[in-house]
Amino acid sequence: MDSQNLAIKYGQIVKPLTRVSLWFWLTVIPLSIIFLWSFFAFGWQYQWGLGKTGMGHPMSWTLYLVNFVFFIGISHAGALVSAVLRITNAKWGTPFGRAAEAVTVFALAAGPTNILFDLGRSIRFYWVPLHAQFKSPLIWDFGCIMTYFAVSIIFLYVLMIPDIGLLREIFPKRKWIYKPLSLGWKGTENQWKVLLNVVGFLCIAVIPIAVSVHTVVSWVFGLQTQPMWYSTIFAPYFVTGAIFSGIATILIVTILLRRVYHLEEYLTPYHFNNMGLLLLVFTLLWAYFTFAEHLTVVYGGGTHELNVLWSKITGRYAPLFWSMVTLCFIIPFPLLILKRTPIFLLITSISVVIGMWLERFLIIIPSLAHPRLHYLRGSYMPTWVEWSMMAGLCAGFTLAFIFFSKFFPVISIWEIEKEKKEIRIESPQRSLR
Amino acid sequence: MYRWAMVIDLDRCTGCQACVVACRQENNIPFAGEKQAKLGRAKFWMNMIREIEGDYPDLKMHFIPIPCMQCDNPPCTIVCPVRATYKNPEGIVAQVYPRCIGVRMCISNCPYTVRYFNWHAPDWPNEYKRGRNPDVYKRRKGITEKCNFCIHRIRKAKEVAKKEKRRIRDGEVVPACAETCPTDAITFGDLNDPKSRVYLLSKSPRAFRLMEELGTEPRVFYLKQGEWKDG
Repeated sequence: MDSQNLAIKYGQIVKPLTRVSLWFWLTVIPLSIIFLWSFFAFGWQYQWGLGKTGMGHPMSWTLYLVNFVFFIGISHAGALVSAVLRITNAKWGTPFGRAAEAVTVFALAAGPTNILFDLGRSIRFYWVPLHAQFKSPLIWDFGCIMTYFAVSIIFLYVLMIPDIGLLREIFPKRKWIYKPLSLGWKGTENQWKVLLNVVGFLCIAVIPIAVSVHTVVSWVFGLQTQPMWYSTIFAPYFVTGAIFSGIATILIVTILLRRVYHLEEYLTPYHFNNMGLLLLVFTLLWAYFTFAEHLTVVYGGGTHELNVLWSKITGRYAPLFWSMVTLCFIIPFPLLILKRTPIFLLITSISVVIGMWLERFLIIIPSLAHPRLHYLRGSYMPTWVEWSMMAGLCAGFTLAFIFFSKFFPVISIWEIEKEKKEIRIESPQRSLR
Repeated sequence: MYRWAMVIDLDRCTGCQACVVACRQENNIPFAGEKQAKLGRAKFWMNMIREIEGDYPDLKMHFIPIPCMQCDNPPCTIVCPVRATYKNPEGIVAQVYPRCIGVRMCISNCPYTVRYFNWHAPDWPNEYKRGRNPDVYKRRKGITEKCNFCIHRIRKAKEVAKKEKRRIRDGEVVPACAETCPTDAITFGDLNDPKSRVYLLSKSPRAFRLMEELGTEPRVFYLKQGEWKDG
């Protein structure tokens, strides 16, 4: 099929690239204002020092670190889910693939930015690779995150090449961007062979890298002496939580895209049902890990650990803790068992994402507020600077996705086409059997 | 080689806080002010903690001055991504101010919470500026700082001793806190010298260290009759 016919056939996917509705401006303008405002907030903080935030002694790592772990978590689902689904040949994952990979890239851009905000001397961030001390878990973080970032950009890009080739043909006006990016893609047999080989390799490579990233992020906390951080369960707990929040984010993004760009034909309730089941599995896994982690502390923890634990369960952080349990388990669990329609999945996923943000908050803040020396107790309330940066990051993340969707199709056209062909070839054989 | 250590006799400490003031004065630590102190921006390289046991009228009060413990296995140094803090050969956990980029992982990994961050650019009242110690390195905003056993005093004493081709004598160099203590509760010296007061006191049956169970091997010893509860 030639490119013009393909473009007509998948008109619904290609349409958002050329049309801009009123809603586009109604979203983009406020988001841009929030995004630009965060630059002002950062400048303010840079000029006057970190004293403009709510941090203090002993609360030395706070909202920025929460957002760091949270965004890195979201980035997981992306490449991990799409790679696992590709390797296992799970056809229902195809329409989620592109969105998942894009979420990964943008979340990975947003996550480490928080570290830049958090540094006392942000301008000297490049000293981390320059004067690296390899004993520090932060260096492992730096290495893993940069590798993952590079690989996931390549992953997203390679999987887009055939689509970019198609776009180059149908939008001659945008040749300046599509032509260099398409790398001379013509769809010859040889090119397909190379592409599929590269994709196969990347799918396998991205899984251990993704797992390693959240493992070392957990070690930034898990290898420290703070009560309730020093725990062997942290690495798998963080990885599970990361995939959990990542799947929820993919669901939010795809459900919104489906509604805004009218992609009901490609993202059907069947696809969402399966993704919902995957989310259900991770809801249970998360609950299992959370239960195991807290039970161990209740029984085996020393005084310092118990101080932190009780502050979470019955003390000052109890409202947040029980909201987290509600948002991550009590709401999603029955909903995911009973109703996996897009609208219910949207509710569930929003609840999970907020709950997982609270989980990150509850891992970091109560431990720092209850250091081992019991005379010292911290309290923390973020200031406008920190809220602005957080809002700016979320706005930036959304904006990046919106602009991405205006230049590239959010559903992989070539993969859908390939799948349809395969079904066409397979079905006669099935009927013979 | 020297191995600097400190012994603080809690039975002698009256909680007068002279050590806190002396340290502040010696090391050019700016005032935080009441408002900032409430937010946790006050810096106490030497911090005086008071503990109240029981209720009125049956009440006991303990004081414990807390400087940096200068651990032999410091948890803070290994986590620094840019090697801005290290254990120097004489056992002092030193902070390299120009190298520090303010990651603050050392602060969160210090079990004694004795590392402090410059949340703002340091500032003093005008009348005060002339009284600052010229021997101490100036710290800027956005970096971590900590007690270093008045390392500038040790350096000076070493220069003098080197000229005279001898070791530093016991009691020749003391940090500001030990110098000022009116009850002589703080002793400072070289653990490698078996005749030094610090060495003898550290072997006292009254001696203990904070959170020994962590294996950090602090080199600040406390003396106290009976049990000390640090949990």
